[in-house]
Amino acid sequence: MAAQTEPGKTPLYYVPAQSVWPIYTAIALLIIAIGGANFIQQSTDKVANEGTLGGATFAVGLFALLVCMWGWFRETVVESLGGKNSTQLSISYRMGMGWFIFSEVMFFAAFFGALFYTRLLTIPWLGGAGNNAMTHELLWPQFQAFWPLTLTPDGRTFEVMSPWGLPAINTLLLVTSGVFLTIAHHAIKVGDNAKVLKNLAIAIILGFIFMGVQAYEYHHAYVEMGLTLNSGIYGSLFFLLTGFHGLHVTIGAIMLTVMWVRTAKGHFTPENHFAFEAAAWYWHFVDVVWIFLFFVVYWL
Amino acid sequence: MAHHANPTGFKRWLLTTNHKEIGSMYLLFSLAMFFVGGFMAMVIRAELMYPGLQLVQPDFFNQMTTTHGLIMVFGAVMPSFVGLANWMIPLMIGAPDMALPRLNNWSFWLLPVAFGILIFAIIKSFLGLGAAPNFGWTFYAPLSTSYGPPSTDFFILSVHIMGISSIMGAVNVIVTIINMRAPGMTMMKMPLFVWTWLITAFLLIAVIPVLAGAVTMMLFDRHFGTSFFDAAGGGDPVMFQHIFWFFGHPEVYIMILPAFGIISTIIPTFARKPLFGYASMVYATASIAFLSFIVWAHHMFTVGLPLQGNLFFMYMTMLISVPTGVKVFNWIATMWRGAMTFEVPMLFSIAFVVLFTIGGLSGLMLAITPADQQYHDTYFVVAHFHYVLVTGAIFSVYAAAYYWLPKWTGNMFHTGLAKFHFWASLISVNVLFFPMHFVGLGSMPRRIPDYPLQFADMNFWISIGGFAFGLSQIIFLVVLYKCVKGGEKATSEVWENPEGLEWTIPSPAPLHTFEVPPTVK
Amino acid sequence: MDMLFRTKSAFSQIKPTWHIKKVASQFFTACLGFSLSSLALAEQLNLREGVTEISKEVYSLHQYMLTICTVIAIVVFSIMFYSIVKHRKSKGHKPANFHESTAVEILWTVIPFIILIAMAFPATKTLIAMTDTDASALTIKATGHQWKWEYEYLQYEDDANLKLNFFSNLSTPEEEFKTPSRDTGLFPTPWGSDPATDQAVIDAPTKNENYLLEVDNPVYVPTGQKVRILTTSADVIHSWFLPDAAVKKDAIPGFTNETWFEIPEGKEGIYRGQCTELCGAYHGFMPIEVHAVSQEDFKQWLADAQAEQEARELAAADETNIEFSKEELMELGEKVYNTRCVACHQANGQGMPPAFPALAGSDIATMAEHRIEHILIVNRGKNAMPAFGAQLSPKERAAVITYERNAWGNDTGDVVQPKEIAENP
Ligand code: HEA
Ligand code: HEA
Ligand code: HEC
Ligand code: CUA
Ligand SMILES: [Cu+2]
Repeated sequence: MAAQTEPGKTPLYYVPAQSVWPIYTAIALLIIAIGGANFIQQSTDKVANEGTLGGATFAVGLFALLVCMWGWFRETVVESLGGKNSTQLSISYRMGMGWFIFSEVMFFAAFFGALFYTRLLTIPWLGGAGNNAMTHELLWPQFQAFWPLTLTPDGRTFEVMSPWGLPAINTLLLVTSGVFLTIAHHAIKVGDNAKVLKNLAIAIILGFIFMGVQAYEYHHAYVEMGLTLNSGIYGSLFFLLTGFHGLHVTIGAIMLTVMWVRTAKGHFTPENHFAFEAAAWYWHFVDVVWIFLFFVVYWL
Repeated sequence: MAHHANPTGFKRWLLTTNHKEIGSMYLLFSLAMFFVGGFMAMVIRAELMYPGLQLVQPDFFNQMTTTHGLIMVFGAVMPSFVGLANWMIPLMIGAPDMALPRLNNWSFWLLPVAFGILIFAIIKSFLGLGAAPNFGWTFYAPLSTSYGPPSTDFFILSVHIMGISSIMGAVNVIVTIINMRAPGMTMMKMPLFVWTWLITAFLLIAVIPVLAGAVTMMLFDRHFGTSFFDAAGGGDPVMFQHIFWFFGHPEVYIMILPAFGIISTIIPTFARKPLFGYASMVYATASIAFLSFIVWAHHMFTVGLPLQGNLFFMYMTMLISVPTGVKVFNWIATMWRGAMTFEVPMLFSIAFVVLFTIGGLSGLMLAITPADQQYHDTYFVVAHFHYVLVTGAIFSVYAAAYYWLPKWTGNMFHTGLAKFHFWASLISVNVLFFPMHFVGLGSMPRRIPDYPLQFADMNFWISIGGFAFGLSQIIFLVVLYKCVKGGEKATSEVWENPEGLEWTIPSPAPLHTFEVPPTVK
Repeated sequence: MDMLFRTKSAFSQIKPTWHIKKVASQFFTACLGFSLSSLALAEQLNLREGVTEISKEVYSLHQYMLTICTVIAIVVFSIMFYSIVKHRKSKGHKPANFHESTAVEILWTVIPFIILIAMAFPATKTLIAMTDTDASALTIKATGHQWKWEYEYLQYEDDANLKLNFFSNLSTPEEEFKTPSRDTGLFPTPWGSDPATDQAVIDAPTKNENYLLEVDNPVYVPTGQKVRILTTSADVIHSWFLPDAAVKKDAIPGFTNETWFEIPEGKEGIYRGQCTELCGAYHGFMPIEVHAVSQEDFKQWLADAQAEQEARELAAADETNIEFSKEELMELGEKVYNTRCVACHQANGQGMPPAFPALAGSDIATMAEHRIEHILIVNRGKNAMPAFGAQLSPKERAAVITYERNAWGNDTGDVVQPKEIAENP
């Protein structure tokens, strides 16, 4: 593998100069972690932890994180507009985003895994299936195994969320939003900015409506159905899965909003619009997670 | 050298986007963590030297065990490999830098943040201000949920931050390898270290998020009333173990695959013969990675899985021996009819092959479910994983460090001292870990601060070995210091005819290399 | 010099004899031990064979695996060292240049695979046998608590209405493990004083032979009959380990696991094990002690133990109507405290904050308005504090609470009677 250097070729690759943002972002996360842990401990009253400014620290950390993201992205935007991004770099960005989304897929996989494990193994076992006859007989004689689990082994009871009300509407909202986003994506490839703005706006608005509906659904669950985080494994899984999905919708919607602003500012060209594409991928990923979630959490 | 107007001094390191500087920071950080984790191991060994509670309280002992495991795994071994990846992958594939340099810097600086949080909890515990995590590095629920100390919440967030760091580091490695190779550097021409890291990075991206999911559920169970790991609400503590080990088993291969890459790079150099079975090495690595996703429950043979489950996981675990064996045999075939010399990196590599194999074979014994009923959670397991981790992963990092130190610093290290480091480590590490097999077979449980009397003799020797091994590591610090300070100047090739692009550039490697990509024939 | 090497040989015995030997002999045996002569001692360093059929099967499986692995290791390392020694550059060996051979590679993929199959067969057979809990004569439920085992006899032969359950606590006195070791070996003492003059060492009690492996109420099982153990837990995960029967089963809160063993007739005796899943601070201090007795003796024991338990319950019910003197309660309370509570709250009542709160001077143990709460916490437990309602009689609980409210300067003068305990279950 002897190397040969061809003289006279220009550097293909732009190595960015030093940057303050990575370390600032790390510090912001430090503040968030310290503040967050203290905040959780104080506000849930499980651990005696008075006298620390958990909530305030957490808020400062979040704010710092936003500032850092703004600064960091600004730096990349400036580079991009300055024409410093070679084709190779934009491939790197795309691959990077792709693998990042894969990591998110695995994050959700852990929660979905928990759901399947519970439904296929834990609940039947608590009901005496397999080699757990004695579990049922000795420990939970009253327990009946079924899904959705509306009566926990220790006797908590509540209602389950039906798929055919708000959740179905939400599915429709997100899918439609994805369609408009795709139209916008095609438009950006031909440089039709007005069309991008219009369709992207619809996609974003649908996203925000989704969040509103979701919030209403949570309210309904807590107030009228007695379905809370405390409602045994069903409530745990329901809120964890939909909650983390909701968090991702929020992030995705913010990303799309930023893209709308950047489109309006004329940052994107048919050749150079990595950020838009990344946000779009993210949105589609969130979409797919929802559809999956709709099937396994609400419906089946 | 001044490429961009780089600030010098402190800021240069804090803000750098250069893969070599970031690599050095990773390596130094991991060295520091190795000593911190080693300090905890010394507390463990001092307590276990004699029967009776001698030095520390049982709860504090558990904190030492836990933080020792966590710091060694996440703070010492993983970052050391990421550091090597940062330094060497761009050099090996002829790239000017990592693909995403700013992200690279971020990945690094998240580590001091994460470990700062963890170590703060430990310092608080030393000062008597509250317990550090004390539930083992495997943090099984419900010991870590309902029964965890307040520091658990900080630990959870610290794991999240470590996770972000690992994922971002891995994304960077993958993208670099796939997208930044010099012209002519096809996939099947890549040095094995690059290959093993590519696969390792894939493992990281696939399983670290699962760990994040596990700690997130823990946090919810602790504070928000959920019952993921609580049967009273329809959850299952064993589910925690499934999720943990779905991460945990690939994790142990994350800690050994790059080591395989290092050994596959070093042995050919000092055997003066090309690596035997390059392609099969690549396929073997991929098979190990694939299998690592379907063996996790071998850590759970005693939790009461159904018979079919135990059988499946036993068979799959045993299968891993085949591709691993291929690797061992390939290394030996590489040495066969070579012209061997025994420079320090080679000494560590040879020791690796022998001692890792011992650890692998005891792993195979653990895989036999009925026998694991006797071995599980005894010191036999502790012996197994220290052979693969200390004489495996750590020895490989030493081998790599000695192999590339002249390239990094431009100076040869002091060979005599380095050999002393090697021999002292080799002897003491076996005094340290070999007798653990015996106390384990005698059924001494792990994670206990005091033990029945029949284990007294062995534990004494184990502790002596432990102290000796610990002291031997100080020699490395001396070697490192002297090497950075000066010494005989190294040539750009350093060794006799080594293979690889990294040897085509001067020693020390200039800050910026391959700005014009080389063409590989 | 003598000082430096005052240690026992590493391999002289596996059962301890707690005395000091001469330098030379130790050094010699140690070296010997590390050398090949360890073959002769192999038995002591190896897995225990145990006494049950299964444990013997596991043992031979282990031997089989160990032999195969040792042979593989010897073959592989011999080839490697041969090539290292033979193909040294210093001997002028010139490197060959081959780097592939499909035939060899297939060979060393297939041979290990075949070896694995040879291992899988006996392993599968043993595992299936281990899992079969059918047709057991005795069923015992073993519940792990922090840090003791509770045993409940559920069914023996045709009798499914056994009334017997008890707790099994570590019985090694605290002084034995909380004090320095007498045999201080290579270093004078861990903190550097001379054991010959260090009063703490001189005063330390000798550790007895079953140190950390002994309990107050052992489990009795009959020999020659299949015993089924159901493990579960009241708090965190524990694991029930009896090496001589090759039984290890995790005790998981909210679930039960099953396992079994059968100690053959003629193997009556005491078998010991330890908890093998990290379960908190005193994980190392919750042993398992099984007394295997003949079926006759077992039946006798079972009848006696049930009768005794019934009598105890009756007495406890009676006690709730008796007023005891403060002195009597304090005396009993101190005893109960020092066996059941010290692990967490410490002899001086200082606890180990923040995990285990101090009782000396604590609000709950001193203030009148918290008196009921104090009783409830002891009866019902709270978070990591175990419930003692089922473990201690009302009198014992009354005594320990009285003790706590008066010891270590708490001096409230309160006297809590069993009646009050029974009224606040
Ligand atoms: C670098 C880390 C690393 C590596 C590489 C391995 C490798 C292996 N490990 Fe290990 N393991 C750990 C780290 C590692 N392990 C850790 C940290 C734990 C404990 C976690 C905890 O509980 O805290 C653990 C625990 C552990 C257990 C659980 C034990 C228990 O708790 O009861 C088991 C059980 O199956 C196991 C098996 C194996 C096997 C089969 C391999 C195989 O990959 C080994 C393969 C290698 C060889 C077999 C040798 C070379 C091969 C040949 C020379 C070919 C010829 C051989 C044959 C065909 C037989 N390991
Ligand atoms: C890569 C990972 C790694 C590494 C390198 C090590 C290194 C060592 N480990 Fe490791 N160990 C683990 C991973 C690792 N361990 C894990 C995962 C566990 C399980 C945890 C759990 O149960 O949850 C464990 C558990 C574990 C136990 C069992 C504890 C228990 O069950 O209670 C013991 C006991 O002896 C032990 C000992 C040691 C020793 C002596 C070293 C030595 O190799 C360390 C040597 C290094 C130094 C000592 C530092 C350098 C020197 C100095 C600081 C100078 C000062 C020196 C002196 C004062 C002599 N370890
Ligand atoms: C397994 C360890 C453990 C044992 C054994 C134990 N305790 Fe506790 N105890 C605790 C813990 C933990 C708490 C704190 C509970 C909480 O508030 O979450 C506690 C709290 C208490 C309190 C309340 C103290 C306060 O100020 O909040 C009292 C009283 C008490 N225990 C009495 C006893 C008695 C009496 C015994 C023995 C019969 C005993 N404990 C044995 C762990 C233990
Ligand atoms: Cu109970 Cu460990
Ligand atoms: Cu594993």
